[in-house]
Amino acid sequence: MNVQPAIVARGLTRRFGKLVAVDDVDLAIPKAGIYGFLGPNGSGKSTTIRMLCGLLAPSSGTVEVLGHQMPRDAEQLRRQLGYMTQRFSLWDDLTVLENLEFMARIFGLGAAARRQRIAELSAEYDLASVLRQRAGTMSGGQRQRLALAAATLHRPELLLLDEPTSAVDPQSRRDFWESLFRLVQQGTTILVSTHYMDEAERCHRLAILDEGRLVAEGSPRALMRDIAAAVVEVETDDVPAARGALAGDAQIRSIAQLGTRLHALLDRDTPDAAEHVHRRLAAAGVVAQVHVVPASLEDVFVASTGFRH
Amino acid sequence: MLDRIGAVMVKEVRQLARDRLTFGMIVGIPLMQMLLFGYAINFDVRDLRAAVVDEADSSLSRAYLAALEASGVVEFAAPSAGLPDLQRRMSAGDISVGVYIPRDFERRVLDRSRPAAQLLVDGSEPMVDSVARGLTAVPLPRRDGIYGSTAPVFELRTEYNPERRTAVQIVPALIGVILNMTMVIFTAVAIVRERERGNLELLITTPVRSWELMTGKLLPYVAIGLVQVTLVLGVGSLLFDVPVNGSLADLYLAALLFIAATLTLGLLISTLARTQFQAFQLAFFTMLPSILLSGFMFPFDGMPRAAQWIAQVLPLTHFNDLARGIVLRGAPISDLGLPAAKLVAFLVVALAIATLRFRKRLD
Repeated sequence: MNVQPAIVARGLTRRFGKLVAVDDVDLAIPKAGIYGFLGPNGSGKSTTIRMLCGLLAPSSGTVEVLGHQMPRDAEQLRRQLGYMTQRFSLWDDLTVLENLEFMARIFGLGAAARRQRIAELSAEYDLASVLRQRAGTMSGGQRQRLALAAATLHRPELLLLDEPTSAVDPQSRRDFWESLFRLVQQGTTILVSTHYMDEAERCHRLAILDEGRLVAEGSPRALMRDIAAAVVEVETDDVPAARGALAGDAQIRSIAQLGTRLHALLDRDTPDAAEHVHRRLAAAGVVAQVHVVPASLEDVFVASTGFRH
Repeated sequence: MLDRIGAVMVKEVRQLARDRLTFGMIVGIPLMQMLLFGYAINFDVRDLRAAVVDEADSSLSRAYLAALEASGVVEFAAPSAGLPDLQRRMSAGDISVGVYIPRDFERRVLDRSRPAAQLLVDGSEPMVDSVARGLTAVPLPRRDGIYGSTAPVFELRTEYNPERRTAVQIVPALIGVILNMTMVIFTAVAIVRERERGNLELLITTPVRSWELMTGKLLPYVAIGLVQVTLVLGVGSLLFDVPVNGSLADLYLAALLFIAATLTLGLLISTLARTQFQAFQLAFFTMLPSILLSGFMFPFDGMPRAAQWIAQVLPLTHFNDLARGIVLRGAPISDLGLPAAKLVAFLVVALAIATLRFRKRLD
């Protein structure tokens, strides 16, 4: 493992007029791992990724990607970088093969290397049977595999993926993540943005972004362990009544329903959180089983975004 | 570097070949415009329907009417019984011109203080009006001894286009109009489309340089432009018998210069427009003044000073000068240094602005 991080950002800020899209973000993204950006829409994930690959210039702050100062040395980074945009941005009116050939030539692969790499990738990403099909006629999952194949043609050291799975079915998502893990094993550093909790949980490290600020950072396990809240699960037959009984309590910061259960997040320093919830429910005459449970990533997300989501 | 430009070119040509509408426009626009301007829009006014009231019915009046008809401008329908009938037929749209020759025609011819005959012209159509007015210049047939000087003061001769056929004047200028129309729109739209669809966001993160991207995208259109020039010249020669009096190489050189200028204009538009629709609008915004002010339809010299200044900025104005000079007057391009230089100046300035505006970044 290389100790030098792949990406270092300090005080990264981007303003669009009055709007502060990214606000004073510090990052140190280690190599050969999957680093996730988790956040709701508009939290600054895409803007941050665009600043990291030199598409946007930061309003203030510094970024160093694989040792290159951005956006000044953006051109030097191009060959080491693969980028998958949020929207499918290859050409709908070209076939899979033509798209791959074009990208390979743009990245300077010679004819022989091109043929070999396209054969490898079409096997790896199950594209061999659709090579002559136009990209515009393919399913979301196929298009996503094509986009990943195109982004990895030149064996980049760093792969930036901006919400890569927003338009694909669950099976394709699972296959996609398997591919990402294979790439990491080969030494690739991957930065992926998502708003899916299950995807975020698969990352080696995670940054939670909210309204342009970095509000939590660490491995998913550490984030769940160190959550700034006590998580109390309530199991009851009368969920609305339980919800009503718990609403308005100063200690209970957030209540979320999961089927017939409720997840209540309480201030971390609440003494005996389960007992506190139990007393509230009993006072309202609600019969329920109450116990403290380990936090899920969603709990972490809610707690670290100030209980607003 | 060359490989990257080549890759962009191959991609562009493939996309073009699959976009049937655009492909059709490459051939369709020149053909349609040629036929439209060659056949339908005809500035030669011939065979206007006319009727006569000849109250004199003398040998002189008959000779005069024969001279009028011989001009080819009018074609006489059945004569009218009197002036009121002539006016009724004109208001009904049956005739555009009426000729009234009074009973005392021969005496009036000698008496210079009174007009000898009356010409009634339908003033509702500007073209008819101006042409029919020209009929007043038709001289009386010479009759020895009756009057002194009836010979016309001027003899009119039209240089370079002796038959005064519109097609001959239109075709060279049409090369410019067609190139202007297709090149600007195609390039502006081709570039803006990639921005709109997000392709550009991806391309920016690749090693392709902006100038390589632009060169690769624009080169296929240079070839298309030259095909269009050939098409216009071919159809012009085949259907309308338009000669190329000057050197063909000079003409293609001038066309190449103009294509470069229009592609640059398209590039400039693409840096201003955010959507394909805006690109279309902007392209049309430059089209209209080009067609109206470049001297394609209306003589340049008759325009107000301000319009002449605007016309100087439009590349079509200078290409029209070049094309008419080479095709009709047979001038070598070396004699046409001024319009060529102006075209180069436009190219350099527009390219500088476009390059400054097109950066490999999203903001």
